[in-house]
Amino acid sequence: MKKPLIEMKNVSFQYEYTQVLKNISLRVEEGDFLALLGQNGSGKSTLLKLILGLLKPMTGEIELFGENANQFKHREWIGYVSQKSNAFNSGFPATVQEVVKSGLAKKTGLFKSLPKNADELVYHALADVGMESFAKRNIGQLSGGQQQRVFIARALVAQPKLLILDEPTVGIDHENVQAFYDMLAHLNVQHQITMILVTHDVDIVSDRISHVACLNQTIHFHGYKNDFDTISQEKIDAWYGHSVRKIH
Amino acid sequence: MIEAILNYEFLQNAFFSGLIIGIIAPLLGVFIVVRRLSLIADALSHVTLAGIAGSLYLSQSVAAFALLNPIYLGIVASVSGSILIERLRRVYKHYEELAIPIIMSGGIGISAIFISLASGFSTDLMSYLFGSVSAVSRQDLYVVLAIAIIVVLFLRLFFKELFVLSFDEEYAKASGLPAKWVHLLFMVVVALVIAASMRIVGILLVSSLMTLPVAAAMRIARGFKEAIIYSIIFGELAVIIGLVSAFYLNLAPGGTIVVTSIFILLIVIMLKKLTLKMATKSKGEEVL
Repeated sequence: MKKPLIEMKNVSFQYEYTQVLKNISLRVEEGDFLALLGQNGSGKSTLLKLILGLLKPMTGEIELFGENANQFKHREWIGYVSQKSNAFNSGFPATVQEVVKSGLAKKTGLFKSLPKNADELVYHALADVGMESFAKRNIGQLSGGQQQRVFIARALVAQPKLLILDEPTVGIDHENVQAFYDMLAHLNVQHQITMILVTHDVDIVSDRISHVACLNQTIHFHGYKNDFDTISQEKIDAWYGHSVRKIH
Repeated sequence: MIEAILNYEFLQNAFFSGLIIGIIAPLLGVFIVVRRLSLIADALSHVTLAGIAGSLYLSQSVAAFALLNPIYLGIVASVSGSILIERLRRVYKHYEELAIPIIMSGGIGISAIFISLASGFSTDLMSYLFGSVSAVSRQDLYVVLAIAIIVVLFLRLFFKELFVLSFDEEYAKASGLPAKWVHLLFMVVVALVIAASMRIVGILLVSSLMTLPVAAAMRIARGFKEAIIYSIIFGELAVIIGLVSAFYLNLAPGGTIVVTSIFILLIVIMLKKLTLKMATKSKGEEVL
């Protein structure tokens, strides 16, 4: 059995009077490429916030890399890429290089200067996402897809073991989406980075991922992608309603 | 003016304080502007006024306060204001901007009460409101110097965290950086700089020295470090030109510094437009 990087046991969470997550048990193992599927309001963002330590579960337990999440100190092992194209302030005066370098802050630690080879690390991280020639460009001048690649490079520069991407293709042109997923698959296989890809589109379920988890307050399915392919549309309708279509 | 600076202590105080403030105000101003906190700087300057007015009133009515430099109560008020703003921002999570008018009106209200209670410090108060070349004491200069050291130390220790926090607050929190503490410390340091700058620029204009040079720098900077460098250059230019003209024309330095900053901003905006036009034109010629 492979090493679990995330283990959630009977985790529940509610905001004031609204139950968002109910008895979630989820195990993500080393090397997995998990697509976490769910509609708006299904609890995806809350689940992420629990994993990232931004929220504490009401009940249940979360373990990260075998340690209780409350005691977990190596946050730099977890890279996070948010839906930046929605919230990003394009007027921010920063170069791509400066943005990627900021990904080293946590790994370096408080009161310490960045390592001497920081520029080299930044170059390699940018090369991994095919953006090394954009290092001196202003982040605001890039397209949505290029910006997302830069944000992945910011996560990669700290050499994370786990990469969490929250709907990363929002704002990316349809033609570039496939190339984007190819890049993620490359990072998963070649760099052995475990991936959790949060999305509300089932059509993302493709050959690139290894596992699927279907969330709507609770986990309805979690298993291999091949097993997910055998699930009928009727069953998916029962979990999500008719708004989610499965595309093969 | 150089000869006058060498001969008169008050000019040395004003000039050196101005030079230091010309560095630290835009330096912190870059973070203030990119984090869209410009109005918080304004609110804090008004709270500082409450501390100054309170100190001036106490110096008239309580013997023990007669010799106290008003800058100290100004600092206390400014720092307390910064902490209060943070508290209020947490109380009104969905209306964080409410903290600004609450603190700003509170500051002005308290100032008005102290000003009404005491009569006869109008000249002093005017110098605090709009700055003064002659009012900067050696003690003020030392306070400005001490605050500048705190600013440099703070940025030396927390620059990378502050950059992450400024660029992407959500990412900073998700990365496990102590975002809350770094932000609180930042607010306290901003409060200190506002209190330090008031002698030269004046309370009512202090936030402009933190924002105008940055506004100009952001038009031409290609990165964050460049934005910092240009902001400091424009800040220093504004302070030097502003102080010299205030000295020769017998004007309040706050006014001359701010007007110079606006001129610099306008020149930068025009130059940027001109270079963009020229670049478009030359591209068009290349295509033809």
